[in-house]
Amino acid sequence: MNLVLIFLIIIFSSSLFFYGRSKTKSLAISGNIKLNALPKFYGYYLVLWCSIPALVFLLIWSLFEPVIIKSIIIDTAAKQGAIFNDKNEANLVYEKIKAIHLGTYLGELDSILKESALAYAKFINIFTNSKVVLIFGIIIASTLYSLKKIKNNNKARDDVEVILKGLLFVSSLIAILTTLGIILSLLFESIKFFSVINIFDYLFGTNWSPQRAFVRDASSITPAEYQELKDAFGFVPLIAGTGFIAFLAMLVAVPVGLFSGIYMAEYASLRVRRFSKPVIEILAGIPTVVYGFFAALTVGPFFRQVGENFGLTVSSESALAAGLIMGIMIIPYVSSLSDDVINSVPQSLRDGSYAVGATKSETIKKVVIPAALPGIIGSILLAVSRAIGETMIVVMAAGLAANLTINPLESTTTITTQIVMILVGDQEFDSPKTQSAFALGLTLFIATLILNFIAQRAVKKYREKYD
Amino acid sequence: MTKEERLKKRHSAEKRFRFYGLASIFVALLFVLILVQNIFSKGSSAFKKTVIKTEVFYNQELLELKNGASEKDIINADFYEVMIESLIKSFPAKNIDEENELIRLFSADAEYEIKKAFLNNNNLIGEKIILDLTASDDIDQLHKGNYPRDLPEDRRRISNFQLAIYDNFVENDKISKNFNNYYFTKGDSRDPELAGIGGAIVGSIYSILICLLLAFPVAVLASIYLEEFAPKNRITDFIEININNLAAVPSIVYGLLALQILLATIQLPRSTPLVAGITLALMTLPRIIIPCRASLKAVPPSIREGALAVGASKFQSVFHHVVPLAMPGTLSGTIIGLAQALGETAPLILIGMVAFVVDIPSSPIDPSSSLPVQVYLWSESAERGFVEKTSATIMILLTFLMIMNFLAVYLRQKFEKRWN
Repeated sequence: MNLVLIFLIIIFSSSLFFYGRSKTKSLAISGNIKLNALPKFYGYYLVLWCSIPALVFLLIWSLFEPVIIKSIIIDTAAKQGAIFNDKNEANLVYEKIKAIHLGTYLGELDSILKESALAYAKFINIFTNSKVVLIFGIIIASTLYSLKKIKNNNKARDDVEVILKGLLFVSSLIAILTTLGIILSLLFESIKFFSVINIFDYLFGTNWSPQRAFVRDASSITPAEYQELKDAFGFVPLIAGTGFIAFLAMLVAVPVGLFSGIYMAEYASLRVRRFSKPVIEILAGIPTVVYGFFAALTVGPFFRQVGENFGLTVSSESALAAGLIMGIMIIPYVSSLSDDVINSVPQSLRDGSYAVGATKSETIKKVVIPAALPGIIGSILLAVSRAIGETMIVVMAAGLAANLTINPLESTTTITTQIVMILVGDQEFDSPKTQSAFALGLTLFIATLILNFIAQRAVKKYREKYD
Repeated sequence: MTKEERLKKRHSAEKRFRFYGLASIFVALLFVLILVQNIFSKGSSAFKKTVIKTEVFYNQELLELKNGASEKDIINADFYEVMIESLIKSFPAKNIDEENELIRLFSADAEYEIKKAFLNNNNLIGEKIILDLTASDDIDQLHKGNYPRDLPEDRRRISNFQLAIYDNFVENDKISKNFNNYYFTKGDSRDPELAGIGGAIVGSIYSILICLLLAFPVAVLASIYLEEFAPKNRITDFIEININNLAAVPSIVYGLLALQILLATIQLPRSTPLVAGITLALMTLPRIIIPCRASLKAVPPSIREGALAVGASKFQSVFHHVVPLAMPGTLSGTIIGLAQALGETAPLILIGMVAFVVDIPSSPIDPSSSLPVQVYLWSESAERGFVEKTSATIMILLTFLMIMNFLAVYLRQKFEKRWN
């Protein structure tokens, strides 16, 4: 239905282009008027005026229609005697009603369902009809308006440019809308979560086992139940595990990345650079699920084998394997950023150092790196933020159970792993377990935001210093 | 310490430092090699499948079909009995247990394969023909040498009797490797020998196309606005900071966004390429805007001024002159952004693309998988056969990414104008 409408709108408005163009042409010839713009701009003017309002309306309508219909239907079902204990049951009934309407329902029918399905069909009908009527109304109104404008020989090019400029502005707003969407969707569920679990109990609790958290009724929780819940949602082991794996990753990525960045910026011949830089950047282009597979199936078992040979017990989901592979993934982020940063250190600093007799490595260590330090730290912070937000490697190669440890041979879990574990498969909405994933997401979002902000500031300050 | 000694020490420090740098690059390159070698050595065998040459007898008594039966009749006919009879005859089995073990050497699709051969030539009633029937995963892995046969019997999935049959088949030249058409044409399956990436490829293509259709126009328009029209004020600064930050937001957060807004609020269908495409578009948008703006910025002001000087409006100077010149950079940035989106897994897991989907999606609103999610799903499976399937899927995924990246580099080098 919507596709047909969009198609009709597009066909109609683009046919108006030719009308507008020829109309103004003939107007100019017959009426002997000097047009204020080229005839084609009158065509564009018509196209924009009669397509954009209708399309925007259609978009907004389609966003809200299902939600409104759903609430109406659940209301009518409730009036007919259906009893919903929580949102899940209401959702289930709504899905059933929809399935009956589509003719795909296989379960048993009772009178409430039947009535509601009829009501559903009726409302769908009403909504569709009013949508079509309204859209045609809008198209007619906007077409009449723009036709009148054209007849008055408006400055069509200017008007078209104003509309297009508005379109450009709206496009650039989508980035802000995305951020807003992220913040709102995370906050919305997190607030629900924190209304059950005290935020300090969450931040400082040392036990994480959300699978233990069963809540029958979130609105009335006894103190004993709360104690149980509190013990299920303690954030400390997750941040510890995340930080630990990120630390192991940085142990690999910082030296290797930094040294290769230095080598490429200071020593490498053009040929070596041309070859090695893109090859190292391949590492950044490989999907993380590939690293995860490699870590879980090759590196993990390999470490376990090696550990056995030395008489050590190594978990096959050790933090070491995940950290090592994550570090390798991050190498190119450190190396190419620090390569850039070192390249923008002015040559005069190096020349000064050579002039007093320093060797190349002494110049790098004593002059270039200190000068580039803010930028290098910025690039490392960016890499850390990549590491803590990385998901697939840890989901596949790190453990699932929260475990406060600093032994790299044991398994630990991370924030992202837990988000995936909680939300994979069927989730019950409105349970603290599901909401906790959003609280974790919010924590992760804030942490990476702060890291990125500091890093970008550092790099920017540094750039300004030498520009 | 004399002067010479000190100088020697300093020079050896120099050499050491240089060596560290070279060694680091070498370590990174070595890892690329190890990874690629590991994946290819594990995965390349998945493109072939083991088949067993079996004599199939289309026994009229068991089939209840006549020569020249209509296609519909054949599709509805039961070929199970024919299959069982033919499989059992392929090797002398003493009792029912041994017969079952024998049957388990073949894939669960043997009946379908026998039916398909009949569909192609329905004058086979009462005839015997030799068919290449797909072997079960265990035999497939054994034949490819991925399965250790020297384990004690109780730790093997293949019994001694089955091993004996296998050896007999090999001796009589009945076992061979064919091109694995199932791997490319089928959807997911619980049986490794029948699992394919057809559904995942289609799902990925749908998702990426939707992502392209949504992200590319918006990204280009937004970067044109920010680079060419936006006044320097707080709002534009805010948008700019915002875009830079969005590009660094972990991808899983976009999964949470999609879960809450697209699935819970707008109620788009779960597990579909539509939702995946929208999610990936939101994620890719800032990552495309950044290179787009860079390539717009690289067009020198003289181009704009030249256009304005001959009387073009601001819009005409931008859309007729600046944007076409920036297009190569814009396109290559877009392709690289799409390549990242193609490999993205975490947000897709959250929107339910991990569902077990056997059918190949026929539209973007059918439940589907995608290539990276298929890798994740299979890597969690215990069966040995899935290891090679996973590696092969990674090979396909990496091939797509390579092509896209080469295309991006090619576009930039071939068409981009250098201005100095």
